[in-house]
Amino acid sequence: MEISIVAEPLFSIAGFTVTNSLFMAIVVSFFGFIAVFLLIQPKKFTMVPKGAQNVIEAIFEGLLSFMEGITQNRRQATQFFPLVATIFLFVLFSNWSGLLPGAGTIGLHEMNGGKVMFIPIMRSPSADLNMTVALSLISVFSVQLFGILALGLRGYASKFFVAPWKAPYVVGTAVGLLELIGEGAKVLSFSFRLFGNVFAGEVLLTVMLSLVPYLVPLPFLVMELFVGVVQAGIFSLLTIVFLKMATAEHEAHEAHEAH
Amino acid sequence: MEGVQAVVANADNAKFFSAAIAIAAAAFGPGLGIGYLVSKGLESIGRNPEAHSKIQTSMILGIAFTEAIAIYALVVALMILFK
Repeated sequence: MEISIVAEPLFSIAGFTVTNSLFMAIVVSFFGFIAVFLLIQPKKFTMVPKGAQNVIEAIFEGLLSFMEGITQNRRQATQFFPLVATIFLFVLFSNWSGLLPGAGTIGLHEMNGGKVMFIPIMRSPSADLNMTVALSLISVFSVQLFGILALGLRGYASKFFVAPWKAPYVVGTAVGLLELIGEGAKVLSFSFRLFGNVFAGEVLLTVMLSLVPYLVPLPFLVMELFVGVVQAGIFSLLTIVFLKMATAEHEAHEAHEAH
Repeated sequence: MEGVQAVVANADNAKFFSAAIAIAAAAFGPGLGIGYLVSKGLESIGRNPEAHSKIQTSMILGIAFTEAIAIYALVVALMILFK
């Protein structure tokens, strides 16, 4: 039983190391592109959907209405849709790609520092901290960007930098700074949540497979399918909620005055 | 006591012990937290079934935040084990 917390390097191109999880990420994106080119052909789309168009519309409409339920605003939902739907689909298929037959079991034996190491060719991209950190950075940076676009630079900055001589005085300043730290902590929690869940799932499957190779891993595989959906859902759900929070006006004052 | 020292003196055993303690201690709080969250969420769904989808969304959000704490410890434990 060999488990490595870092993704194993497969080969390197001009000093750039391609790890097995990067390889899988490329494969997942490649199939994503193929699916888009094959399935989404606006010229063939008809008013009354049939076949593949029906499935695509069902998926997209489900996602959009889910987002609309959270943002309570059609315009915002359509504005956030490209980012959030992309994150959802990519994370979903990355999580599931680690469950394909052969993932983590088919590989090469390579000499590494005098020891023979087993290097699996396929590894879920989500089971690599690099990928999850990159994805959470994208998500958190777009949250800041949408916040600035919606409120303007001054309006958005006033969420974090509150003058100590105004309404809630020093408390407001401290809370603002804490929120600024919280923005950084989002990256941490986003990336660790996804990585932890998917990598723990892989470890669980490996342990189960080595204990009892037949039948017993099956329910765990089903559970991992479920965990993959839930984690993709949570990643995109949190992105929407943070986007919604970042683009919302500063309400603390109004609520204060209303009381 | 000497027996414990002998066990922990072995680097591998120390690793296993520290990973086990890390995840065991960290699973305690979030476990209680998620239980409390879901019980309150179900209670409020029972009281107001029309708000089912709204409550469920915020409940899952809360669970995600609570679970993240356990996941931090899980990542630490995995790092201790497989480093």
